[in-house]
Amino acid sequence: MKDAKANLLVGLFMLLGLAAFIYLAMQVSGLAFDEKSDGYTIQAHFDDIGGLTDRAKVTIAGVTVGQVQSIEYDKEFFMAKVTMSIDSTVDNIPTDSSLAILTSGLIGEKYLGISIGAEEDVLKDGDEIYDTQSALVLENLIGQFLMSAGGE
Amino acid sequence: MKTLYSAIYRHIETVGQAGVFLFQAICRLPVRYDEALKLYFRQIYSVGVLSLIIIIVSGAFIGMVLALQGYSILTRYGSESAVGQLLSLTLLRELGPVVTGLLFAGRAGSALTAEIGLMKTTEQLSSYEMMGIDPLRRVVAPRFLAGVTCMPILAVIFSAVGIWAGMLVSVHWLGVYEGSFWSSMQQSVYFDTDVMNGVIKSLVFAVAVVWIAVYQGYICQPTSEGIGRATTRTVVLGSLAILGLDFLLTAAMFGDF
Repeated sequence: MKDAKANLLVGLFMLLGLAAFIYLAMQVSGLAFDEKSDGYTIQAHFDDIGGLTDRAKVTIAGVTVGQVQSIEYDKEFFMAKVTMSIDSTVDNIPTDSSLAILTSGLIGEKYLGISIGAEEDVLKDGDEIYDTQSALVLENLIGQFLMSAGGE
Repeated sequence: MKTLYSAIYRHIETVGQAGVFLFQAICRLPVRYDEALKLYFRQIYSVGVLSLIIIIVSGAFIGMVLALQGYSILTRYGSESAVGQLLSLTLLRELGPVVTGLLFAGRAGSALTAEIGLMKTTEQLSSYEMMGIDPLRRVVAPRFLAGVTCMPILAVIFSAVGIWAGMLVSVHWLGVYEGSFWSSMQQSVYFDTDVMNGVIKSLVFAVAVVWIAVYQGYICQPTSEGIGRATTRTVVLGSLAILGLDFLLTAAMFGDF
């Protein structure tokens, strides 16, 4: 009788451990979000990604509609090539939309923001956004400021 | 000078003995399958299930304190949504395995040492030998295996409870937006590097602590004073081993800057 109760508690203990592990995998490290690929991918080239990372969010009007899949260096153009997946429900982004690297807060994470264009054609799987705006790099800004101050 | 040499010699000898002891305990697992399983589950009950309360309670409080401290600093820079990131990385990489290990050394390691030490003092170990039962096989091996199994489970529970409690404090009390709390966490936590490295760390700590605990119990002076000393030594050596190993493991896992 006492043994049976102990075995039950041991079983519960192990189940609790398993549940905690699944919680860490799914909710905390977001594995489930990775698997969900029911979207389409688009690409863009940037002069400077300035700290954008994989899995950064892609937003339209501040609402998350996708995430960055991969960032690689494009040898041909000497630029960074960013591939991102967009939710399949968001299927009416005009082809002349522009893409900017933004920062949330002062030291917050970098993310991509899509500004909607006016074209009637929409982006499809594998298309590229050509109008891109690189991340603001503080050193470049200071450099520009010094140049313009010296010119006066 | 001669005493120094002999002291070093004795220490090396002790380490060697402990190594042989561990090897023998692992090699001589109980032979009969159902008997072994029964002993093993009973030890999981006394080592793991009984440690659950202290792990859950301290995990919850550490998560809440981390959330409060993180919020009060991050809110100065207007980036309080990074509380989720801070909380989860701190717990998964460091505090989960380390604090669980320290609590485990205090709660379960000391109990293991005292139990085996008392068995030795009351000559139960010798009577096992008289009956032709190997005490390494019957007493030490199931305890060692159960301890090594339980610690990673406890560490995972500790981290999960801590993150959940930190979420309660930062989202429902301090008013961090829940969506950005989770998304900043999910963006910075990687399953293979953060979650799995925490599990590997706790596994290494478990081997060190349980090894020290059963060995100290097995070699203790068979007096009441000897048991007390062995128990103290288990907690001190176990905690130091965890902190030292943690530095090495962190340097190996996250040190490639």
